[in-house]
Amino acid sequence: MMPLLEIEDVCLRFGGVTALDRVSFAIARGKIAALIGPNGAGKTSLFNCITGFYRPTSGVVRLRDGDGTRELQLMAQTEIAAQARLARSFQNIRLFGAMSCLENLLVAQYRRHAPGALPSVLGLRRARAREMAAVERGRALLARFGLETVADDRADSLPYGAQRRLEIARALASEPVLLCLDEPAAGLNEHESAALAERLEGLRADGLSVLLIEHDMGLVMRIADQVIVLDQGRKIADGPPAQVKHDPKVIAAYLGEET
Amino acid sequence: MLSSRLHDLTRLPLAYALQQLINGLTLGMVYGLIAVGYSLVYGIVGMINFAHGDVFMVGSFLALIALLAFGGFPVPLALALALLVTLALCGLLGFAIERVAYRPLNRSHRLAPLISAIGVSIVLQNAMQLLQGARMKPIAPVIGGGMNLLTQGSFAARLSYAQLAIIGVTLLVLAGASLLIRRTDLGRAMRAVEQDRMMAALLGIDTGRTISLAFVLGAALAGIAGLMFLVYYGVIDFFMGFEAGIKAFTAAVLGGIGSIEGAVLGGLLIGLIETFWSGYGSAAYKDAAAFSVLILVLMFRPQGLLGQKTAEKV
Repeated sequence: MMPLLEIEDVCLRFGGVTALDRVSFAIARGKIAALIGPNGAGKTSLFNCITGFYRPTSGVVRLRDGDGTRELQLMAQTEIAAQARLARSFQNIRLFGAMSCLENLLVAQYRRHAPGALPSVLGLRRARAREMAAVERGRALLARFGLETVADDRADSLPYGAQRRLEIARALASEPVLLCLDEPAAGLNEHESAALAERLEGLRADGLSVLLIEHDMGLVMRIADQVIVLDQGRKIADGPPAQVKHDPKVIAAYLGEET
Repeated sequence: MLSSRLHDLTRLPLAYALQQLINGLTLGMVYGLIAVGYSLVYGIVGMINFAHGDVFMVGSFLALIALLAFGGFPVPLALALALLVTLALCGLLGFAIERVAYRPLNRSHRLAPLISAIGVSIVLQNAMQLLQGARMKPIAPVIGGGMNLLTQGSFAARLSYAQLAIIGVTLLVLAGASLLIRRTDLGRAMRAVEQDRMMAALLGIDTGRTISLAFVLGAALAGIAGLMFLVYYGVIDFFMGFEAGIKAFTAAVLGGIGSIEGAVLGGLLIGLIETFWSGYGSAAYKDAAAFSVLILVLMFRPQGLLGQKTAEKV
């Protein structure tokens, strides 16, 4: 089976600094891939190249989905979000704080399911039906993330852990082919982190593909099908977690050269 | 004259005050409608649209022309048609202003669109002066009659049907706008773009179209306000957008710019302050009274009455 996402020889330079140096890997459809590495290894830079926030200096980012193959390095980030249907979350929370949780999910469905203003103001039946369907989908997602009781609360009134869950739910509401999460477990306690792992496994069971950056090794080793390790802008390991864990290069990168 | 007025005031306090209240509310509704447009555009792009007052002026002229054109029809039908024409053409004007004066400068210095909006304001005023002349344009009263609410001695507090229509239609229009913003997908998109434009774009929202919609909606409301003004005062001129625009801008700041409810509240307050000041003090200083209140609010509550405290966007 063709891989969903292929990164080919991606380089990213800022002046004299090389943030990414000929990074290549491929991730499969319906799997969870984790991008790990010490601080400053280039994980978020690579994420930004995939999602279009940065344009790689050279190299190809190829996404294959049902409608064909797209070269993401040629696209603007809004096109990547809208056409290639790649959803991302950020390290810092970027919810629409003044809107309710449900509204946050409705906004994310806007492009694919919006009924249009005039029909909704006039209360046309088809518009109402679409709106109801969007609300239904939103509520189902909220329930899946344990947020059904706060559906109508302002997003910024939620506790931190719930806001992180809402972010993932919102990303899912846009019906992505690839979900990119930047440190989804950051700041979560052990209990919340375990619940997150379970939810991500559930999403994979539904066929969703996930690429995540994560520092929580316990989480990565538990749920990832594939682990890609970056160090100083280079890929140093790529494989199933059990194999990567024992790779001497990875151990050296994390613990220092002497070992 | 002053002593006779004081005499009146002490003799008929209630009816007189009620009359000021009615007049103030009517004027406040017009200001509120214009102020909502300032707030909508400011909320979403952080820019004061200085051409907005002149959209209101253009709306008044369009309404005048439409009312004359539909003069043969029964009054309610003529008014309804004039409302539709004004609303549609002003919406179109708002669309054009966004395309010409805002969008091309989107990525340049943040003061650039402000200056281009002032340019649009000058163009609109001069174009209208060339097309319609510099003189005041009067129109015969469109809606006549009224009802006496309270009679005290020789003074009767009167609610004219024109005032009733203005207050009623404004409330309806504002309710519709509020519904659009609160309950529809387009309104949600507008609020999302307002809060985090980049994130909204990443979720697949067409931010350009959403910004355009804010301009269109604001301009359409200003157009309706123009029609109201024409029906209420019966006299318009090409320069009236300046003063009304400044007043409505004051109203938007007073209520908390970016907040729709705040804009309406601010409009009502400015209308009431002006009217009561003229009624009990001196009409010559009514503008000074309105702007003094603005200065006080800015000193003690810079975010406005209903506005949220925010850090300066950089």
